[in-house]
Amino acid sequence: MSDSSHRFDEDAILALGLRLEKTVKAAGLMLAGETLTLDRTGALWLEAHRTLVVSDLHLEKGSSFAERSGQFLPPYDTRETLSCLHEVIQRLDPTRVVALGDSFHDARGPERLEPGDRAMVAALQAGRDWVWIAGNHDATVNEGIGGRYCESLAIGGLTLRHEPARDAAPGEIAGHLHPCGKVTMRGRSVRRRCFVTDERRLVMPAFGALTGGLNVRAAAFDPLFPQGFTAHLLGDGRVFAIGRAMLGKD
Amino acid sequence: MSLPQRFSDWFASRRWQPRTHQLALLENARAGRSTLLVAPTGAGKTLAGFLPSLVALSETRRKWTEYGLHTLYVSPLKALAVDIARNLDAPIEEMGLPIRVETRTGDTPSHKRTRQIARPPDILLTTPEQLSLLLAHREAAELLGGLRHVVLDELHALVTSKRGDLLSLALARLRRLSPEATAIGLSATVREPDELRRYLVGQRPNPVVASEHDAIQSRASGVAGVAPQCSADAREDGRGHPMADLVVVEGGAKADLRMLDIDRTLPLAGHTAWHSMPAIYELIREHRTVLVFVNTRLQAEYTFQELWRLNDDVLPIAIHHGSLDAAQRRRVEAAMAAGQLRAIVCTATLDLGIDWGDVDLVVNIGAPKGASRIMQRIGRANHRMDEPSKAYLVPGNRFEMLECRAALDAVEDAAQDTPDARIGALDVLAQHVLGMACADAFDANELYDEIVSAAPYQYLTWEMFEAVVDYVATGGYALRAYERFAKILRGPDGLWRVRDARVAQQYRMNVGTIVEAARVKVRLTRHLRGKPGTVVPKSGRVLGEIEEEFGETLTVGDTFLFAGEVLRFEGMSEDDCLVTRAKGAEDPAIPSYAGSKFPLSTFLAARVRAIIADPFEWDRLPPQLANYLVQQRRHSVLPGERDLLVETFPRGNRFYLTAFPFEGRLAHQTLGMLLTRRLERAGLRPHGFAANDYGIAIWTGRDVGERMAIDPGFAEALFAEDMLGDDLEAWLDESAMMKRTFRQCAVIAGLIERRYPGQKKTGRQVTISTDLIYDVLRKHQPDHLLLQAARQDAATGLLDVARLGMMLRRIKGRITHKALERVSPLSVSVMLEIGRERVYGEGADEILAEAEAELLQEALA
Repeated sequence: MSDSSHRFDEDAILALGLRLEKTVKAAGLMLAGETLTLDRTGALWLEAHRTLVVSDLHLEKGSSFAERSGQFLPPYDTRETLSCLHEVIQRLDPTRVVALGDSFHDARGPERLEPGDRAMVAALQAGRDWVWIAGNHDATVNEGIGGRYCESLAIGGLTLRHEPARDAAPGEIAGHLHPCGKVTMRGRSVRRRCFVTDERRLVMPAFGALTGGLNVRAAAFDPLFPQGFTAHLLGDGRVFAIGRAMLGKD
Repeated sequence: MSLPQRFSDWFASRRWQPRTHQLALLENARAGRSTLLVAPTGAGKTLAGFLPSLVALSETRRKWTEYGLHTLYVSPLKALAVDIARNLDAPIEEMGLPIRVETRTGDTPSHKRTRQIARPPDILLTTPEQLSLLLAHREAAELLGGLRHVVLDELHALVTSKRGDLLSLALARLRRLSPEATAIGLSATVREPDELRRYLVGQRPNPVVASEHDAIQSRASGVAGVAPQCSADAREDGRGHPMADLVVVEGGAKADLRMLDIDRTLPLAGHTAWHSMPAIYELIREHRTVLVFVNTRLQAEYTFQELWRLNDDVLPIAIHHGSLDAAQRRRVEAAMAAGQLRAIVCTATLDLGIDWGDVDLVVNIGAPKGASRIMQRIGRANHRMDEPSKAYLVPGNRFEMLECRAALDAVEDAAQDTPDARIGALDVLAQHVLGMACADAFDANELYDEIVSAAPYQYLTWEMFEAVVDYVATGGYALRAYERFAKILRGPDGLWRVRDARVAQQYRMNVGTIVEAARVKVRLTRHLRGKPGTVVPKSGRVLGEIEEEFGETLTVGDTFLFAGEVLRFEGMSEDDCLVTRAKGAEDPAIPSYAGSKFPLSTFLAARVRAIIADPFEWDRLPPQLANYLVQQRRHSVLPGERDLLVETFPRGNRFYLTAFPFEGRLAHQTLGMLLTRRLERAGLRPHGFAANDYGIAIWTGRDVGERMAIDPGFAEALFAEDMLGDDLEAWLDESAMMKRTFRQCAVIAGLIERRYPGQKKTGRQVTISTDLIYDVLRKHQPDHLLLQAARQDAATGLLDVARLGMMLRRIKGRITHKALERVSPLSVSVMLEIGRERVYGEGADEILAEAEAELLQEALA
């Protein structure tokens, strides 16, 4: 299909969709009485608790593919993900960091960490409470990479776990699904990772450098958000709140 | 040179005389010399190519144990291989020759493939991809060791792409497996036959490169360089490069080629030629069999539909394009061969030499884009050399009339625009290296010598070759993370071997250089009884495939044209696009007229510029076109042959800049990107741009024309050649087209696996996005082999940077800026490109016509 006209700034398209939807919201969001700040990197900042949450880091995905399927993806995904995380941590200076599951692409991931990357993890953990929430990819995590392990974690009125539970009480924050939203305007479309929320629960985007996404219009989201949802798409400059009606299927 | 009795009798029985070139090829083959045969259509090229094999196979009395593959025939098209098999039947049967001919293509069932290896035919007809697969087979040496001839058909069409690179590497391997085999290249008239002659025979390493290579070799392994292998048969060109012999058949009757004149004013944009359909239908009625060529699949569907709408006589009109189900394509080809069809609407899949003697007219809809392509297509009509081929060019809009005029002139002059010889692509080389490891353990020095004997890889350095081997083994990363998972391993004996059967399987699944957009199957289904609105998934037959990207734009209830029918989209089910037949006279939505996937050739572009620049030429143009140019001269100015016209004008609340380099859509898109960066820096607030084959339009928040008036050097600075420096680098890295290019390299080089239609998606994370891989790689290892490969492609491929560079040099000091109060007639054509993609519900061209009428009124006010 030809694309003979171009726009330079994908954010402009997102902004356009946003105008039409008239769902402009402040960057802040309320969930179970807690204020959530959605960072454009895909991290979640709970300022009142000085807690940073990141989901689905999928560290060592490259080496996992090399081992399991003989596909040699660039072995730089871990480094890239960690340096993004480093940037957010520098900027917000959290006292606690929660990795919301699937932090490693497989259970042997920690063994395969390059020494430099291992040192980087340690440096990020230094002086902070570091929580690894168990995911489906890394249900059994090896010891020896610092931090503590939990199945789930309660912070204020919030419950943090990897997989969203069907009948969770309001205030659940989960990952697992790698949500992505697609906006199509004037024949051109932009697909970005996103937060999804209906003000009862929040599903976080994947933070990892080589992680793909599942379109929020996919069936997997329906039972979680029976009343509909708003997706917060990660633009280049900021986060854009976009209603379900404006989001296209893959 | 005399023919065996059996053969002269056969020729006589057909009232034929063996032609000089046929005998020349026979003589050369007997002397063990490779030959390039350049001949126009209808010169008996195919028979000439096979005559040496037929004669040799009829003469030898071979023992059972000596039976084996004698001749390989390689064609760029499956359909062509199948057709040649049919055509060889006649002489073989009529002379009673004990020769077995078989085809081996992607459609060949696996039991037949296995049998072909165990008991090979005498002559095997195949494609470059299948040849590579054969060469990667464990039995390759045994199977191909006794090969005597390789016949390469339509060589001019093969060598200009990555498939040509792949084939050149295969030839290099064949030369090693069977040093006595000779190559026969069959080609239409080309600009530079010497390039093809070099391609056919083994090249010697470049002296400079060789000495470096030897030095490194002795350092690295202490092994002396292996003597370069060159076919003893080769002649040399002026620079000492070996070449195959050349046999040229002159002439053929001049084509009877015309532009279709329908006596009405054509629109300024759009490619469907909807206005000419009744005239085309009349032509079909008046002729025996007509081939109607179009440039895209969508256009094929549209044309087919329109012709059937007019088909009151119920003439047998068929459609043929690459997305259709293979079985349906074979049926159409068989019906055509049997003379049962009056017309076939087809795309480039039928461009090349299928011999259908009954075709008495070729119609080409849309711009010809290149002189060589149009000659090839015309040649499909009337496959007899001494009778003229008859053909009509059908322009879709007024600009295409210009292009048609230029093409008519080019055909008259027998001028060609085939592109230059290629530098072998690195991703293709990576694929080949893995294939060679699958065939057998290899010594790196020997494989290097073999590879640089292939003309496209003649200048490959040893270091680059090592980098490719390293890439194949462990991904070529500076971070040595994957040593333990290496796909090929170097043993204690110094030989490289493939790791295991899984890697070999991966290679087989990934072979080839054509990376298609992801596709989904179109499955005809039916409604569930008693449950309106629901359909039975997996029930009906598969009609073919559509590009996934197109599938994604459909919503339930949309109608579209496919396989000649109006279909209603019912939803997606896994990898199937479920459809039902649309009832009644629903108007199908055709989401996009992609115009043409071929950019206007440099050569035709120059001719178009020359026509525009010279008012004395206008007499030869259709009056509406001449009048249009007169209007342009009245309202603005017409550029000189080598000049660049830049117009600026306000419209609505925006300002516009248009420019007309005539360098093809790809180069213009790149230019548009670079210009907008500069305009942004200059504070002129560009908002977007549109490009077509002839020019670009950029819209801005501030008046560029005013700026040019204040600062006379601004126009020159804007188009200065140095935009190809840092700006290009910076933009390239971010561009979607570069990412697409990278994706193709990544697939060809086996970094990510191909997706096949029907392959199950595994929930989320279906494929790893190559965009993500690209971003990570660019940041952490910008000199990675695949990024180098992608940049090399960008120069000539999707971005056409090389052509843009030529244009910028050409227009230096030759920019004509015209500040206008309103849009000019010339600018209307490119302005119509703005926002014209994906129009639903009604014909896009009608909407265009409306927009155009409005704009034109404004222009001529």
